[in-house]
Amino acid sequence: MKDKSIGGALLTALAYLVALVMFFPILWMVLTAFKTEQNAFTIDPHFLFVPTLDSFRVALSQGSGYMHYAFNSVVSAVVSTLIGLLLAIPAAYAMAFFPTKRTDFTLVWMVSTKFIPAVGVLIPIYLVYKQLNMLDNLAGITLLFTAMNMPLLVWMVYSYFKDIPKDLVEAADIDGASTLQTMRKVILPLALPGIASAGLLALILAWNESFWSLTMTDHSAATLAVYIASFKSAEGLFWAKMSAASVLTVAPIIVLGWFAQRQMVRGLTFGAVK
Amino acid sequence: MSSSAVAASPHAKQAKPKARLSGAPTRRLLAPAVIFLLVWMIVPLVMTLYYAFRRYNLMMPEVTGFAGITNFKLMFTDPTFWDSLINTLILVGASLVITVSVGLGLAILFNRTFAGRGVARTLAIAPFFVMPVVTGLIWKNMLFHPVYGLLAWIFRHLGLSPIDWLAQYPMLSIIIMVSWEWIPFALLILLTGLQSLPEDQIEAVRLDGANRWQEFRHIVVPHLGQVLYVVIMLESIFFLTSFAEIYTTTSGGPGTATTNLPYYIYQSAFFQFDIGTSSAAAIAAVILANIFSILLIRFVAGNLNTGSSR
Repeated sequence: MKDKSIGGALLTALAYLVALVMFFPILWMVLTAFKTEQNAFTIDPHFLFVPTLDSFRVALSQGSGYMHYAFNSVVSAVVSTLIGLLLAIPAAYAMAFFPTKRTDFTLVWMVSTKFIPAVGVLIPIYLVYKQLNMLDNLAGITLLFTAMNMPLLVWMVYSYFKDIPKDLVEAADIDGASTLQTMRKVILPLALPGIASAGLLALILAWNESFWSLTMTDHSAATLAVYIASFKSAEGLFWAKMSAASVLTVAPIIVLGWFAQRQMVRGLTFGAVK
Repeated sequence: MSSSAVAASPHAKQAKPKARLSGAPTRRLLAPAVIFLLVWMIVPLVMTLYYAFRRYNLMMPEVTGFAGITNFKLMFTDPTFWDSLINTLILVGASLVITVSVGLGLAILFNRTFAGRGVARTLAIAPFFVMPVVTGLIWKNMLFHPVYGLLAWIFRHLGLSPIDWLAQYPMLSIIIMVSWEWIPFALLILLTGLQSLPEDQIEAVRLDGANRWQEFRHIVVPHLGQVLYVVIMLESIFFLTSFAEIYTTTSGGPGTATTNLPYYIYQSAFFQFDIGTSSAAAIAAVILANIFSILLIRFVAGNLNTGSSR
């Protein structure tokens, strides 16, 4: 129903305007990242300027430690997602294809753990981690991300498995395939796109996670969230560098996020909105 | 929660005739995930509850023992706790109103067909993918700064005197940042809801001569009601735990103006080392979140079986 009236044109213009306003802080950050520090910190903002890659060079230089934090972010996000999938796929498989009387309860229970606020479990986890020397430890933070994303992964993979006809599993069962064989050879290939998008969402959420990284890590296991947060006391001194580091941190996720839009709705609402 | 006990006794119910050809592998496959969630979520939750009734301050390791409801009494007599509770409710309430109303407006705007819609929508939802730490710093420095910020520049050009946002309107500033991040979430989900509107019903009422308002009131609202419910519940739970935006900008201040419950717990645990009282506050936070999550989970659970019969 294409609307060619003046009202329609106005609404379209409004939509563009709103999109621009929403995106503007991100655009401003990107512009600032291409400025010199002097250009970035001015009373009258510079909209036109000679772009420079200096801030990116500074942000990525040896001294900034960016690579150290980026490494931690990549490892914790990727490994937590992989472990999460490794645990979630069998669980979802069992619940989707071999439901028992308790399955609904188990699934709802798993989803409900997502809604326990992090502060509700922060203190014991901090104290136990301290005892076990797991504070500021990459394995420690990775496992926390795994726990954080597990309910979502189980739910999403379960919902994709549910789309696969049960007969396939039963047929393989009759042919004498083991559970593992059926899962690997029959079900996983069919559900692979779904599993990939669940993993993508978990990856985004783990990458952006800041509560656990800010409270449980300090330096050696600190992620990019902690590194960026360290700019909070640098009043006006390093705006260009801060912007460059932020752009490097945020850009890949925004791009991935755009691809994951649909799956995100399905995953984050636990299937309540499709 | 009984699942771990079940996992430990695999032969308990094997004799049931319902078992499949190769025996139900359910427990074996389920156990790792269940145990992992038990260890990382349920055990700590129980420990928080335990600490809430203990005398436990890291600065005074010699003082231990059962505290009864002392920690809760201390918490309830601490004005900062009440400030943080009220701040939490203001932050959740205001952000909900803004994100849901603006999100709904935008969803309707983006539900029309127009050239470049995909690009515009993509730009509009981008803030949701920005790390909250980055959101805090970008807004605090480059937008809210009273001298060098972009808003100050705009205000000067409009002939108004610039505002020191984080000092003069700290809570409003936090609400603006949180809303900026979450309007895209509301937009995206409400738009998905709009796109699954029953087109045939809309056609029918149009043929019957219903105007735009009647169409909205009688078709769109009931259908969107469910979607709105989900958005409100989910956002409430997420807003209750806002942390990074406050951590990077106001650190809970000035005074206690932006100290919400998570930040209060963080401070009493990590700066006052009072495990007992902060655990009591953590229990309060869990109870608050539960009010919303029980409603939401009931809805999700209700959808579980209808949803799977697609």
